[in-house]
Amino acid sequence: MNPKAFFDNLYYMGMGMLGVFLVIGVIIVVTFLLNWMTKPKKNRK
Amino acid sequence: MDELFRYIGEFHWQQLIMWAIGGILIYLAIKKDMEPTLLLPIGFGAILVNFPFSGAVTQLINGSLEEGALSVLYDAGISNELFPLILFIGIGAMIDFGPLLSNPKLMIFGAAAQFGIFFTLCTASMFFDLNDAASIAVIGAADGPTSIVVAQKLNSSYLGAIMVAAYSYMALVPIIQPPVIRLLTTKKERMIRMPYKPKEVSQTTRILFPIVITIISGMVAPASVSLVGFLMFGNLIRECGVLNSLSETAQKTLANLVTIFLGITIASKMQAEDFLKKETLIILGLGLVAFIFDTAGGVIFAKVLNLFLKEKINPMIGAAGISAFPMSGRVVHKMGLKEDNQNFLLMQSIGVNVSGQIASVIAGGLILNFFFGK
Repeated sequence: MNPKAFFDNLYYMGMGMLGVFLVIGVIIVVTFLLNWMTKPKKNRK
Repeated sequence: MDELFRYIGEFHWQQLIMWAIGGILIYLAIKKDMEPTLLLPIGFGAILVNFPFSGAVTQLINGSLEEGALSVLYDAGISNELFPLILFIGIGAMIDFGPLLSNPKLMIFGAAAQFGIFFTLCTASMFFDLNDAASIAVIGAADGPTSIVVAQKLNSSYLGAIMVAAYSYMALVPIIQPPVIRLLTTKKERMIRMPYKPKEVSQTTRILFPIVITIISGMVAPASVSLVGFLMFGNLIRECGVLNSLSETAQKTLANLVTIFLGITIASKMQAEDFLKKETLIILGLGLVAFIFDTAGGVIFAKVLNLFLKEKINPMIGAAGISAFPMSGRVVHKMGLKEDNQNFLLMQSIGVNVSGQIASVIAGGLILNFFFGK
């Protein structure tokens, strides 16, 4: 067992979570846009 | 007489243990209804491959290589990731992204609940080399096909144990999640109501969504584009409105057929000499860690968000961000009803649950980005 490895690999935890949040963030924005663009024109605000 | 019993002398006690493990999996599948479509074939396969000189797996017998059916199936469908990917077409066709498209903000909980994967990566790296640690961490994706593809691409030596852990814990979601959720939330928080306000989602959005997700994910993690792509292809078949017959086939016949082969083929990696190691126990423990920290990640993220929100959210829905679909969504819904019989969280939790499906595939892709080919 190598406890040091846990701390050495925290970088991947940070980058991984950042990556997932970024990609999901982009997908959320795109989904809002899709919803807005495909709404009937009279409902758009 | 010697001819009749010559193989019995070759039998090892370790193979008997594997039969017992196979028997337990079959019992859990039939009696406890835990992921029966997978645990039953895996359990039976575990018995099948644990005979001396079993003809089900490729073995060296008297100096010549005798091919076994399960090893042939493994080479044809798992070592090249074909079975899990085809299964993803079926899963994609089963998923209704409607509740999610109606409230896209819910997707953020799917992202938060991937914390267990990365926490387990760090934890597993204390015991295993990085590629194996990464493969084990993806048990936390709560998604069998993603676990198989990542473990296969990273050439992990523990595929059998990873698969058994991934599918067993998915089946155990109703047992694993409630205590973690209760530990991290107060009764008052669990009673927060979230009235469902459905918004109309156009068919154009439903059709464009899987295409857009594929493009975005493919740009970020091209190594895993097949995972997202097959899932979204299945969903496109469902939503396009002109392939209803194909959609039905993908959801039922195709998914069932592949599941049969997938389960029993995975068992080819459950031969006693490969499976009965202390590493298997560590992997089972790490799988549990991944599920617990996925759940905790989602719940704690929701609690943190509540500090800033005027209209509070029920933090339990964060736990549904684990992609075990639809078990996790149902667990949260039931827990909400238990606290307050008028607290209906099903639509929100299912929305979060399907977002977990997307986020887990993205997390698997990122893991491949980090470690594939290194």
